[in-house]
Formats: sequence, C-alpha cells, structure tokens
Amino acid sequence: MLETLTTFLFGRLSLESFPYHEPIVVATFFAVMLGGIALVAALSYFKLWGYLWKEWFTTVDHKRIGIMYMILGLIMLLRGFADAIMMRAQQAIAFNGSEGYLNSHHFDQVFTAHGVIMIFFVAMPLVTGLMNYVVPLQIGARDVSFPFLNNFSFWMTVGGAVLIMASLFVGEFARTGWLAYPPLSGLEASPDVGVDYYIWALQVAGVGTTLSGINLICTIVKMRAPGMTMMKMPVFTWTSLCTNVLIVASFPILTAVLVLLSLDRYVGTHFFTNDMGGNPMMYVNLIWIWGHPEVYILILPCFGIFSEVTSTFTGKKLFGYTSMVYATVVITILSYLVWLHHFFTMGSGASVNSFFGITTMIISIPTGAKIFNWLFTMYRGRIRFELPMMWTIAFMLTFVIGGMTGVLLAVPPADFVLHNSLFLIAHFHNVIIGGVLFGLFAGIYYWWPKAFGFRLDPFWGKMSFWFWVIGFYFAFMPLYVLGLMGVTRRLRVFEDPSLQIWFQIAAFGAVLIALGIGSFLIQIAVSVLKRKQLVDVTGDPWEGRTLEWATSSPPPGYNFAFTPVIHDNDAWWDMKKRGYARPLEGFRPIHMPSNTGAGIILAGISTALGFALIWHIWWLAAVSFIGLLVVAIGHTFNYNRDFHIPVDEVVRTESERTRLLSGQV
Amino acid sequence: MTTTVEAMHGGHAGHDTPRDATPPVFYVRDEHAHEAASTALGFWIYLMSDCLIFAVLFATYGVLGTSYAAGPTAKELFDLPLVALNTTMLLLSSITYGFAMLAMEKGRTAQTQGWLAITLLFGLAFLGIELYEFAHLIHEGAGPWRSAFLSSFFTLVGTHGLHVTFGSVWLVTLMVQVARRGLIPANRRRLMCLSMFWHFLDVIWIGVFTFVYLMGALR
Amino acid sequence: MSTHAHSDHHADHGHGHDHGHGHGGHGHDDHGHPAGAHGTFGSYMIGFVLSVILTVIPFWLVMNGTLDTATTTVVILALAVVQIIVHMVYFLHMNGRVEGGWSMLAMIFTIIVVVIMFAGSLWVMYHLNHNMMPGMTPDMSKMP
Repeated sequence: MLETLTTFLFGRLSLESFPYHEPIVVATFFAVMLGGIALVAALSYFKLWGYLWKEWFTTVDHKRIGIMYMILGLIMLLRGFADAIMMRAQQAIAFNGSEGYLNSHHFDQVFTAHGVIMIFFVAMPLVTGLMNYVVPLQIGARDVSFPFLNNFSFWMTVGGAVLIMASLFVGEFARTGWLAYPPLSGLEASPDVGVDYYIWALQVAGVGTTLSGINLICTIVKMRAPGMTMMKMPVFTWTSLCTNVLIVASFPILTAVLVLLSLDRYVGTHFFTNDMGGNPMMYVNLIWIWGHPEVYILILPCFGIFSEVTSTFTGKKLFGYTSMVYATVVITILSYLVWLHHFFTMGSGASVNSFFGITTMIISIPTGAKIFNWLFTMYRGRIRFELPMMWTIAFMLTFVIGGMTGVLLAVPPADFVLHNSLFLIAHFHNVIIGGVLFGLFAGIYYWWPKAFGFRLDPFWGKMSFWFWVIGFYFAFMPLYVLGLMGVTRRLRVFEDPSLQIWFQIAAFGAVLIALGIGSFLIQIAVSVLKRKQLVDVTGDPWEGRTLEWATSSPPPGYNFAFTPVIHDNDAWWDMKKRGYARPLEGFRPIHMPSNTGAGIILAGISTALGFALIWHIWWLAAVSFIGLLVVAIGHTFNYNRDFHIPVDEVVRTESERTRLLSGQV
Repeated sequence: MTTTVEAMHGGHAGHDTPRDATPPVFYVRDEHAHEAASTALGFWIYLMSDCLIFAVLFATYGVLGTSYAAGPTAKELFDLPLVALNTTMLLLSSITYGFAMLAMEKGRTAQTQGWLAITLLFGLAFLGIELYEFAHLIHEGAGPWRSAFLSSFFTLVGTHGLHVTFGSVWLVTLMVQVARRGLIPANRRRLMCLSMFWHFLDVIWIGVFTFVYLMGALR
Repeated sequence: MSTHAHSDHHADHGHGHDHGHGHGGHGHDDHGHPAGAHGTFGSYMIGFVLSVILTVIPFWLVMNGTLDTATTTVVILALAVVQIIVHMVYFLHMNGRVEGGWSMLAMIFTIIVVVIMFAGSLWVMYHLNHNMMPGMTPDMSKMP
C-alpha cells in the first residue's frame, strides 16, 4: 500500500537514486552545496535578489541575455573540463594491470557527459551569447525581433543544463556516448534514467535553441538600419545569419529523432529496436543529418569573429568580402550533403561512401578560401598583436592542421582504419578547440570592453593564451599518434604498456589547459579589480570598424539614441573617416519592450516536466504540462508589453556620454 | 513605410559617391515606430522548422513503412472511405478559416467569430474521426508497438493530429481574445499566424493521405 | 508534445519593434497589419475547388484500381505536389513578393533540405539494409 503510494508520488525515484556511496560524487555534491549556499547567502546579505530578478532574470535586453549565456557557458566549461581531466587521468594510469580509479559504470558516464556538455551547454551557449550580444548592435538595431522569446530561449537552455547537472546527484547519466545510439540507448539495454536525462535535457534546451535561431534570422532580415543592404552587413552578422539558418534547419531534426527514441523508451514503439521491424541504423543516419550542420553552427560564428578581429587589428578592410559571404553561404548549403562521413563504416557500400567522401572534400574548399582571405587581409597591414589577434594566428595554424586531418578522414578507405580511433578524437578536438574555442576567446577579449566598460587584463590573458595553445598541442598531438597506431576511443583500460607514455603526455597537456582555464578566471578577477585602470571611455578601444563600436561601453539599454544610416561596409569606420558628428540634441522617447517573468517561469515548469518524465512521476508530468499551457495561454492575454523611455532619461544618458568623451580630450 | 530624415551635417564634406554638395546623413532623426514587423516572417520560419520535423517523420515512415514484422499491413488496415471523410473535414476547415480571414479584413467581428467557430467544428470532427480510427486500430491489435510500420504510422499521423489539437486550443483562445478586445492589430496578427498554421497543417495532410494512406493501400 | 506547445504559443507574439526603415525589404499596406498578403473570396473558392478535384481523383484512382500500381503511384504523387502548390498559392498566398521575397527563399531552402534529407535517407538506408540486413530489403518497387 505504502509502496504504491511512494511509486505514485515519486515514480522510480528512491533513496537508492542518490549516489551516497560514490565518494567523488558525494564530495562534489558537498562542494557544490557549500558554494551554492555561500552564493545564496551573499545575494541575500547584499539584498540582490530584487535587483537580479528585475534587471537580469526577467530582462528582454539582448545584451544582458547575451551576458547570461556567456556566464552559463563558462560555468559549464568548468564541469565539462572536469570530465576531461578525469578521463585523461584515468587513461594515463590504467596500464600494467591497473584498473585506474574509474570503473566502467562511471567512466562511460564521464565521456558521455563530457561530449554532451561541451557541445550543447558550453559551445552553443557561448556562440549564441556572442551572437545575441553583438548582432543587434552591428546592424544598428535596438534589440532582436522577439525580445521575450529571447529571454525564454535562454532560460530553456538553462533548464537543459539544470537537468544535466541534476543527473550527477540524482540518479545517473547516460553511458552511451554523446549521441546515444540505439540499441544501446534503447529501453532494453539502458532501462535506467540516464538516457532519459539525456533526452529531456536536450529537448528542453533544443526548444530554446530553435526559437533563438528564428529570432536572430528575423532580426538580421528585418531590423537592419537604413542603408545596410545585405552586402553591407558586417561579416560576423553574415556568419550569424547562416548559423541561425543552420540552427532552424537542423535542430528540428534532432528534436524529431529524440522524440522517436523516447517513444521507443516510453511507449514501446519499434523505430530503433532490433526486433519487430526497427532499424537502429536509421537513428544514426538521422542524428548525423542534424550532427553535421551542428558543427558548422559552432564554427561559422567563429569564422565571423576572426574576420572582424583580423580586419580591426590589421587596420585594413577585410580582403574579399564578397567571396567571404559566398563561401559562408556555400558552406551552409554543402553542410547538408556530407553527413554520411560520420558512419562510412556502417556499411552503405562504395557508391554511397564515394559520394559523401567527395562532398566532404569539396566542403573544405570554401573554408580554405576564407583562410586565404584572412591572410591577404593581413598582408601589408599594420598588425597589432593584441590578444584577439594572437588567438587568430593560433587558430589559423591549429585549425588548418585539424582541417587537413579532416580531409584525410574524408577518404573512406582511410576512415575504415581511423573511424572511432583516437585519431578521430584528435581531429575534432583540433578543429573545435582550434576553431571554436580560440575564436570564442578572441571574441570574448574583443567584445568584453563593449559589454562591461573596461578591458580584460592583457597579462593574464597572455598566460591563459600560452597555457591553452601549448596545452592543446601536448594534449592532442599524442592522440593522433595513438589513433594511427590503432587505439580506439572511449577505452578505459589498456594492455599495451608502450602506449602509456603518449597518454601521460596528453595528461600533461590537460594540466596545462587547466592552468589556462585558471589563468582565464584569474584574468577576469584581476580585470574587475583593476577596472578603473583598464577602463574604456570612448566605447571604441580597438579602433573598430563596425557599428557596435559607435556606442558607449557599455551601451545604453536602447543601444542607439538615433538609428544610424549606413553608406558603406565597415559602417563605423566610414562614419569616422567622413567626420560624422554625434547628435547632441533632438532626442525623442524610445519605444522598448518590457521585462517579463513569463520566460523563466515557463522554462522552470518545462524543467520540472522533464524531471517528471525522467523519473516516471506521472502526476507531476501532467501537472507541469497543464501548468505550461495555462501560463503560456495566460501570457498571451497580456497585451501590455512595451513602454517608452522618456526623453529626459535619454538626454541624461547621452549627456553623460558627451561628458565622458570630452573628458578624454 | 516612410522615414523623414533630416540632414545631419557631418564636419567637413565627406565625398559621397555622386559628387553632390549635401554631406552624408548618418542618423535617422524622425522615426516611426513600426509595430511587430517581424511576426509574420518569424512565424513562417517557425513553420519551415515544423516542416522539417514532419520531414523526419515522413522519411522514417518511408524507411520503416513496409516493416510489418509479420503483422497487419497497410493494405489490410487502412479504411480509405473514412480517410476521405477526414480529408473533407480538414479541407472544409481550411476554406472556412479563409472566410474568417476575409471577414477579418472587412472588420466584421461577429462574422469572423462565426467562421472561426465553424472551422473549429470541422477541426474537432477531423480529430474525432482520427481518434476513432486509432482506437479501432489499437483494438484490432494494431497499436504503435506492434511493428515499425505501425510505430511510424501512428507517430506521423498522430503528430499531425497533435498539431491540429494545439491549433484548435489556439483557435479557442483567439476567439476569446477577439471577443474581449475585438479585431485590434495584435489580434489580427495572431489570426494571420493561426491562418498560416492551419493551412500548413492541411498541406501536411496532403502528404499524409497521399504517401501514407493511398500508397499504403496500393502496396 | 509540450515542445510544440511552446512554439505555437510564443512565436506569434508581436514583440518585434522597428525603427525607420529605408530598406529591410517589406511593404506595409494600408490595412495596418503586417505584410502577409491576403486573398479574395474568388481566390479562396478557386483554391477550394481545385483542392477538391485534386483530392477526389487520387482517392478514386486508388479505390477503383483503374490504372496499374506504378502509374497510379506516379499520378497521385504528382497530383499531391500540384495540390500543395494550390494550397501555397491560394490559401497561403505564397509569392515572390511576400516579406520582400524572404518567405519564398525560406520555403525554397526548406524544400531543398527536405528533399536532400528525404531522398538521402531513403538512398542511404536502402544501401545499408541491402548490405547489412540481407533478406530484409524493403519493397523494391518503392526504391528510387
């Protein structure tokens, strides 16, 4: 009787679900609890809850939402990197009969979580955060097309992250690898909650990502300042447009495939089962149709960052703007024609494999064109080796190596040897770290002053840079060697002692990277403490070329008191060259959207729904679902969602800026 | 959409491409706030993403649609006259929504509400018939767990039905909102979006009855 | 599926706001609502009648078995495509001018992706099934 009641109330959640006999997890839990309590206590002591709610959690300002995305991404980077260090440590010691310190039950969760977190909760939020922050400013707009949706999208991403983090302390995570192939991820082989955590975390976050994609496409299409034709947009905006097109055109596929997998798990359907007509290979096929565009979603914004950085720190217009745009569009379309290269070995045969091998090689060409354009931009320029430029050089060297190994893997016979080996792991980390991560660091350093009004400390930035770059090479070059020697991915224990030295070198690299991350955190702390010395008064600390540098640092909520009119590419450079004058009078009230709590509430209920579905707490699932409908429909009855910033406030803000600027002279 | 732009004098003359005497204008001085310019495009793009979800379900049905697992086949199960009736309900609901939009253009609130109500009835009829069909199939032992073919059938057709359900809930909500506030611009935008949604669902249904039912009966 | 509920209920909110727009590619007609084109009674009726015809014919062909299977398949697929176009034009008012051509572009891109994904999946899965699950290839008449 009591058992029926507890099953009804708690589903399959029980005391056993809490890993109180896993020392590492328990220790982590206490650390997180202490940190969390300290944070909550501090916020309460300084009475910041009201401020946080009103100014940040309910904001519809794209700049604040962008910053929150970045914070989320950086926090999750720490978690994802912890998983990485654990793997490196395990693989460095598990030789000569030693089982290491992680059993397979945990090791499998660690490598799964590492991949899921890094792709979905580090790279995606960081990339989305930068696009959110920068794009409206670059096109001379005041916000995105759908500010409320923007807020909602952010909180849905947080909801997904919450579910992933919860899996660490309540139940466990999937042990299937980051793409959760069936039949391993099916009900029979993985009956426990792990795969369900995976599914619902991604579904919740995926809604946020898709809506964000729609939002940014509309923003770029509809809200550009007058005179900014498509071919006068900054390159970062172009790459953002293509990225968001990829998002909208690929994430629904992930959503649908995960629904099919969850139907197999919850309803007993036979999409991907081994029996009753199911076909697990269909999952692999579909998930990679999403998966390949996904990696272009990650890299294209970073290509845009490199374009902006290269032209700014070379003092020259970007070479070959038109070919850059075409290359980006071509990459966008071609990314739909290569997906099978992720499973050459599954058995589709020579004709299919050759087709996709050829398309994969072709797609490297526009990327190569971009590299040449950056090089030609630098040629005969006056290069300033500030950190963003340093990251760009490191990117060019590192990414090219990764790209070349990619072209090697594109050859099916070669891939037959190297598929799922450490060579593959080295390749994709090479392009993701060398391309995405280096680009993100360049972007963070570049746009930080705009967001916060002071620059980041260059010394600790350089420390972080060198630790990261050198660490990367130590960590991953050995993996190329190991892969060529035949070592498979995701292995926990090794029998051949001659391999150990390579893993130890890789572990050393991971330690250097840890120092790089540490230096980055110190950099932030030091910069905050030294912010008066590092202050950015003019709003244009780098002699920028695009419109975001026309605003103050940080920009006012409304971005531009008067919408700019565009005449040429590099609009801000054009304005500076032609002696524009900043308007000092004639200000008007500015129409802005109002803050709202509906986004965080809906995301919170969605997260609860996910949790309920994971643990089979059906009453909670029903209540959450109905709650979603009620709140969502209720929200639509609120027609009063905007306001006007009064003139005197605009006057005050702009006068303050005038004062700052004249103080400079 | 007009903007009045006053010339802003920009320091000493920038030479604009044509050799004219007016210095370039860098700021819009007199703006007209344009409400919600992105809504229609945004919703259309959302529909395109929804199209992709259906595409996955169609592809899955295409691959798994003959995996009967020695169970009942499409030919045995599909009741074409019932599907024809269903199709008629949906098509009629499309045209009645069209009439609702025509009434909305003319600002006739009562007429709009009337046609919306009729649309809802046709939509509910569609759903009712579909639920009956599903219940019958399950009763015959041909539920979604019976084979991959049935899994993909139920999921594709069921997802479409779920969309119609949500559309119906949305329609009721809009009828309430129109009753309370009339045909204000915000409500017109919403009715436009639901219109796109509703017709889009009919487009998907064309794919469903052709690819699933008719071709299934042909096998 | 709650994910759809969110999309439905949130994508329609009129939250975009705009400023003076020389370009940006949209018209703003006098009716005070956004640039979706709208139909007339005549165009809706044409669309409806065409749709009815294009529905009745395929159903009749299949239920009566007038033509052979292969021909019927081709005919009903072709008629489905035509009816979709009819819906697009007469009910959804699709043309190259809506939203400055962006609606059409979005639709074309989606169609391209759908075709690649659909044809690609069928092609790939056919080969995979043939090579990896011998004796279980799906109905040959369905394959491209």
